Amino acid sequence: MSEAAAAPLAEPRPPRKLYRSSDGRWLGGAARGLAGHLGLPVIWVRLVFVGLFMADGLGALLYAAFWFFVPLGVGGVEAQKPPSPPAAETSPDGRRRRVARRPDKGQIVALLLMVVVAMVFVGNVNLSGGVRAYLWPTVLVGAGVALVWRQADNARRARWVEVGRRRRTVTLLRSVGGVLLVTAGVSGIFVLQGSAAHLGSVLQAALAVLVGITLLAGPYLVRMTQDLSEERLMRIRAQERAEVAAHVHDSVLHTLTLIQRNAENANEVRRLARAQERDLRTWLYKPEGTGKDEADEPTTLADAVRRNAAEVEDKHGVPIEVVVVGDCPLDERIAAQMQAAREAMVNAAKYGGEGGAVQVFAEVEGKTVFVSVRDRGPGFDLDSIPADRMGVRESIIGRMERNGGTARLRAVPDGGTEVELEMERAEKTS
Amino acid sequence: MSDPTEANGTAGPAEAAGGPGRRVRVVLVDDHRMFRTGVQAEIGQTEQTGVEVVGEAADVDQAVTVITATRPEVVLLDVHLPGGGGVEVLRRCAPLMGDTEQPVRFLALSVSDAAEDVIGVIRGGARGYVTKTITGTDLVNSIFRVQEGDAVFSPRLAGFVLDAFASTDAPPVDEDLDRLTQREREVLRLIARGYAYKEIAKQLYISVKTVESHVSAVLRKLQLSNRHELTRWATARRLV
Repeated sequence: MSEAAAAPLAEPRPPRKLYRSSDGRWLGGAARGLAGHLGLPVIWVRLVFVGLFMADGLGALLYAAFWFFVPLGVGGVEAQKPPSPPAAETSPDGRRRRVARRPDKGQIVALLLMVVVAMVFVGNVNLSGGVRAYLWPTVLVGAGVALVWRQADNARRARWVEVGRRRRTVTLLRSVGGVLLVTAGVSGIFVLQGSAAHLGSVLQAALAVLVGITLLAGPYLVRMTQDLSEERLMRIRAQERAEVAAHVHDSVLHTLTLIQRNAENANEVRRLARAQERDLRTWLYKPEGTGKDEADEPTTLADAVRRNAAEVEDKHGVPIEVVVVGDCPLDERIAAQMQAAREAMVNAAKYGGEGGAVQVFAEVEGKTVFVSVRDRGPGFDLDSIPADRMGVRESIIGRMERNGGTARLRAVPDGGTEVELEMERAEKTS
Repeated sequence: MSDPTEANGTAGPAEAAGGPGRRVRVVLVDDHRMFRTGVQAEIGQTEQTGVEVVGEAADVDQAVTVITATRPEVVLLDVHLPGGGGVEVLRRCAPLMGDTEQPVRFLALSVSDAAEDVIGVIRGGARGYVTKTITGTDLVNSIFRVQEGDAVFSPRLAGFVLDAFASTDAPPVDEDLDRLTQREREVLRLIARGYAYKEIAKQLYISVKTVESHVSAVLRKLQLSNRHELTRWATARRLV
């Protein structure tokens, strides 16, 4: 155990701050946080707290102080787990953590434990009758306070972890439960000060005060929480905007610098400007999460067409305008069609780019996927190309036919060439 | 940029638009001063292009004021504008568009790629949509076309329209009104593929005039489909 405890400490780490752990905690996460900070097994810390609790409730006071003053964090023991999982800790702790992962169960366990400890405490310590009578109300108050504090922690934690809407009722129930517990405890104390005969009236008075406070503070509290969530939303939006702005500023400045350096090279300038424009459009007009990651492979037709066009455009410096109607997932046949379309785009950019932008049109209609690539170049006659030149025949026409599609090349009336690719989608994706 | 105009290098724009001497009064609405200056420099040389820029505006209120005061024949309208966007300008200028004597026509000139922006201004009553990458010559041609009452579709807009009608292909009540005919679809597809009106005419063995009327019909349906869609939407939710 001591080795396990020493292992995390031996690693060079930036100076840490003490945080309460929000994961796998039983009560306030103070023990877990402290354990993480000291590099000790959680159970030890917990035992120390329990032991101190026996010493006239010192443990409880200490714990409350930790709970109150130490901020909630995401670190704790959990953070150290991945680099070096101490074997000694996983076996006794792992099972327990799995239980504790479900917050409600962990809390119940903690509360039961507290009650047991309190009972042992009460049983062991010999208090005079008067003081002893106040014990239960005090325990009630303590439990209520713990419940509400724990609630506040959860609210704070919700900033890092998105808590589902369903949780709201639980939150409310918990708060109400906490308040009721505290009220019961306080009422109990009052009753004890007077006599049991006053129980009814004291409870009534307490209830009246509670209702009054709720009426007075309720709307204000509701308003405050609404304002808070609204503010949080605004902050998220502002953050997103700042992120976009940062990205845009950086890349635009970068491009402008490159353009200044390549001012004599018209093609390069055009290429840079087009790439920048495309990039900006992706950021500004595309829905969230689509195509913003350049790294992953395209999975839909529209994505694939755009990606291919962008790559060819970058490579050959000829603007390619893409219009996509409809969309469908990529299957094997469509992927082959995309490769053929890419070849067509390369050809168009190479041989027909002087006449203006290359136009790419893709349409999904039912099971048919149609792609057209046209340029405004000098035109091209397949029959005049020697039979040994396999570029168009193999990589476009051949590829399409092998996969069960068709490809047509034809001259456009006013100059230029159009390649039409048609393919049926695979059966299973219908 | 290819747009639905004759890719006719030799004829000047004024000539292409119906002979010399014709003038079109234009108002430019765009919140970027640089862009207004650029467009003004490119198309506002009245002797050469026949386009006379009679006013400029940078936001919705200004636009409505200037358009009402100058009564231009064509308004070049940006989609993104402070004060509610191009759609708001269209809404507040609706009476001017309906004027039979001297209607004000709107051509959306946008940098936006978002389908809802573009479809929005078209449904608001704009007669066409071109992107800001359009060349000066093509823009002048488009202005004349719009002034004559035709619709101007860029390939991208044609794509959006095809998309919009494809997604509302679920059987509508007034089918004949909302659906595009086979021919109109064909024309739109060719526009989306980058064909000019003249090339489409050759391809389909019809006259340029017919192509124009098909495109105008599409535009009308697009604007109508908005109203019908709204009605359908309201009926479905028992709001009317």
